[in-house]
Amino acid sequence: MSPPKTEHQLDARRLLCPLPVIRTQDAVAKLQTGEQITVISTDPGAKMDIPSWCRINGHEVKSIQESDNEIIITIEINHC
Amino acid sequence: MKQHKTQRKAVALISGGLDSMLAVKVIQEQGIHVEGINFFTGFCVEGHTHAIRKKHKDKQKRNNALWVAEQLGIKLHIVDVVDEYKDILLNPVHGYGKNVNPCLDCKTFMVKKAVQWLHEHDFDFIITGEVVGQRPMSQRRETMPIVAKDSGGNDLLVRPLSAQQLPATLPEREGWLDRDRLYDFSGRTRKPQMALAEQFGFTEYAQPAGGCCMLTDESYAIKLQDMWHNRPTREYELDDIIMLKMGRHFRLAPHLKIIIGREEGENNFMQGYKNQFVSIFPTSHRGALCLVDGEFHSDHERDTALALVARYSQGKNAPEVSLGIRQIDGSETQHSVIPMPAQAIKKEWII
Repeated sequence: MSPPKTEHQLDARRLLCPLPVIRTQDAVAKLQTGEQITVISTDPGAKMDIPSWCRINGHEVKSIQESDNEIIITIEINHC
Repeated sequence: MKQHKTQRKAVALISGGLDSMLAVKVIQEQGIHVEGINFFTGFCVEGHTHAIRKKHKDKQKRNNALWVAEQLGIKLHIVDVVDEYKDILLNPVHGYGKNVNPCLDCKTFMVKKAVQWLHEHDFDFIITGEVVGQRPMSQRRETMPIVAKDSGGNDLLVRPLSAQQLPATLPEREGWLDRDRLYDFSGRTRKPQMALAEQFGFTEYAQPAGGCCMLTDESYAIKLQDMWHNRPTREYELDDIIMLKMGRHFRLAPHLKIIIGREEGENNFMQGYKNQFVSIFPTSHRGALCLVDGEFHSDHERDTALALVARYSQGKNAPEVSLGIRQIDGSETQHSVIPMPAQAIKKEWII
């Protein structure tokens, strides 16, 4: 499975909760509203936590792909 | 002149448990804008273990602090304090609790970080879910003022669940908060919190009074103390403290510990450390991956480790098990051993 082609990618593989969220939070802080970032994680918790973090911060999850070992989440930034 | 009323803002320490959830709700009910802050020290119970172990695959894998923030409709800022926290753990001014938990220093540190955040983000005060007498170290009547003073939070630190048991804080004196609508909880009973949760309609929340820090866990503390005892320095990296959460640990010698995966999820996770540690893996039978923390000083030590790994393979009852030893550079050697019988495993090896 190949991740969607977005301008920014974050490799959070092998990081465990809550580090994928922290790294996402840090990466998103540097981006502008409207930009997209794809986060690749191997932590099963990321499937719930990253969308949850997006919801409380106003960012939009555009897609979630899942294979046996990886969760790939694409986020559109909205610094509301 | 007409006064413009500014909405006051509070930053809340969110652990993911019930008390901080209630504290935020109590303050929100008074029209205060609240945002949460959560600190990642590396010792959080949730997360790592569930993420690693397939055995826990049916457990809901969620970060409770995030979940709580979403229920409350507040933003949550998760802050990585792994490096800064080392000094708190290694040199606690107020010492450790029952295990290696520096609770008083830890709480002070977190409030201090929140004070810093408050100034950087132009917030007005801090709230925590602390309750007088709830915990033996950091939440005693005598120690709660120490946290307020040493953190620099002073009278900007509000404990909404126990506020009426404590001196009035600045937000109360200034009328930003109505003290009468704060609470007077104290002691170890959870009944008042549960009643308040019901009143707020919180039907789901993390286990009340459940520890959220590995440092309060006895078996984890033993492994951490073993690591400190057998290394030249107590300094640690994040990988060190994660490794203590997984596998069976056997201390074969002061210079040698082996970690044997307990199940598939751990074995998969441990694979990621094969370029940092010498590893042992069965080749004739299915079985656990083993990481070698230290080095073999003799063939006897090596063979003991091999026999132990064979013991935890599916060949444990076979006359012989073949295993590979992989060096960090990727080179491998092959070995055959008789699996160690259960009675030969020395108690003093088991950490």
